[in-house]
Amino acid sequence: MTKKPPHDHSHPHTLLPSDPALRAKAIETLLVGKGLVDPAAVDALVDTFSNDIGPRNGAQVVARSWSDPDYRARLLGDATAAIAELGFSGMQGEHMVAVENSERVHNVVVCTLCSCYPWPVLGLPPVWFKSPEYRARVVREPRAVIAEFGLELSDDIEIRVWDSTAEIRYLVVPQRPAGTEALDEVGLADLVTRDSMIGTGLAMQPEAS
Amino acid sequence: MDSVHDLGGVEGFGPIPVEADEPVFHGTWEGRVLGLRFLMGFWGRWNIDGNRHSLEQLPPGDYLTMSYYEKWAAGVVNLSVEKGLITRGEVRAGQPDADAERVTPPVDAAGVLAFLPKGRPSSREIDAAPAFNLGDRVRTARNMHSGHTRLPRYLRDRVGEIVLHHGAHVFPDISFTMEGDAPQHLYAVRFDGREIWGDEAEPGHCVTADLWESYLAPAD
Repeated sequence: MTKKPPHDHSHPHTLLPSDPALRAKAIETLLVGKGLVDPAAVDALVDTFSNDIGPRNGAQVVARSWSDPDYRARLLGDATAAIAELGFSGMQGEHMVAVENSERVHNVVVCTLCSCYPWPVLGLPPVWFKSPEYRARVVREPRAVIAEFGLELSDDIEIRVWDSTAEIRYLVVPQRPAGTEALDEVGLADLVTRDSMIGTGLAMQPEAS
Repeated sequence: MDSVHDLGGVEGFGPIPVEADEPVFHGTWEGRVLGLRFLMGFWGRWNIDGNRHSLEQLPPGDYLTMSYYEKWAAGVVNLSVEKGLITRGEVRAGQPDADAERVTPPVDAAGVLAFLPKGRPSSREIDAAPAFNLGDRVRTARNMHSGHTRLPRYLRDRVGEIVLHHGAHVFPDISFTMEGDAPQHLYAVRFDGREIWGDEAEPGHCVTADLWESYLAPAD
């Protein structure tokens, strides 16, 4: 006599503990126990993404493009190679394109299908970038979405939304703020925010001296 | 596949949930899940497209309510069972089967740190010349299949303009099955907001997406 077992076709993940932290622990215990994963390699990844890879990398790229016209030309021509000049490359940044804002054009990046994001220059994405709200809305009402971040763009500025549907990753190069002529690259990089390189913000204004 | 992951243009969502001073990980478990999912990929049983497809196959309600790393945790478990690296019984018990063979991880800490700056480029050399030139007007496909694809629903059967040619890249609609890279030319295609959304489109915006050649046909 055959009897169909209950939940035979349920997704295996439904067999895990419901608490996310316990669930993660259960998965790690199993995968490490079978020898499928080296826990020291997990440690190394956590440490790298916590400490070494983040938006300060991208800020260096933008600051260099603001201060070195030859570098800017290389960045706009072959962003992958230009970014690698500063030591940033690899996973989720294998194919980079830099898009530059101007008086008339403002660029903003999204991944409507998942959460693609240029890791080598920006690190891991913030929760809002991965949220259904951002992914659904920014392609349809980019002006309204950008305004929620505190940035009111006038109607004569064209908004170009880039939906990262392939393995090409986009870096927005924000406009250089006025009054920064005296700043060096380090000082300029301090003005470049993560959001300004996604397109939901502008670079910061320098503090009045 | 026409599932809820394909979010572009869906209406009814509220404000963007911006978190001030957001940490890289909310609790250590998120980092562990990132590492586990990343490292399990080194077994070569799936690729980035299969990884994405595993998340698309979550029930729509779960997809919208689970956090990013909860989805990653579910995805790595579901793929690992599907591809025979672990069993349902092991997931239920939380430990290896008594008779399970202990294996050696394919990558260690030094190996994964050496891998990160290299990544996995998706570009490929192909003999075929690109079918389209910059400035060409193209219409996107209307037909869709229930596997993995990267032509979003909101850009189907729409007319746009080729603005960049990225060379040839691995084709996700075949790659996700692990049956080959099947590379095709890849283009950035720009669509005017009114072409996508009609008369109610916000003024002065366009959307550009990276689309493979077989998604496209001459518009005129």
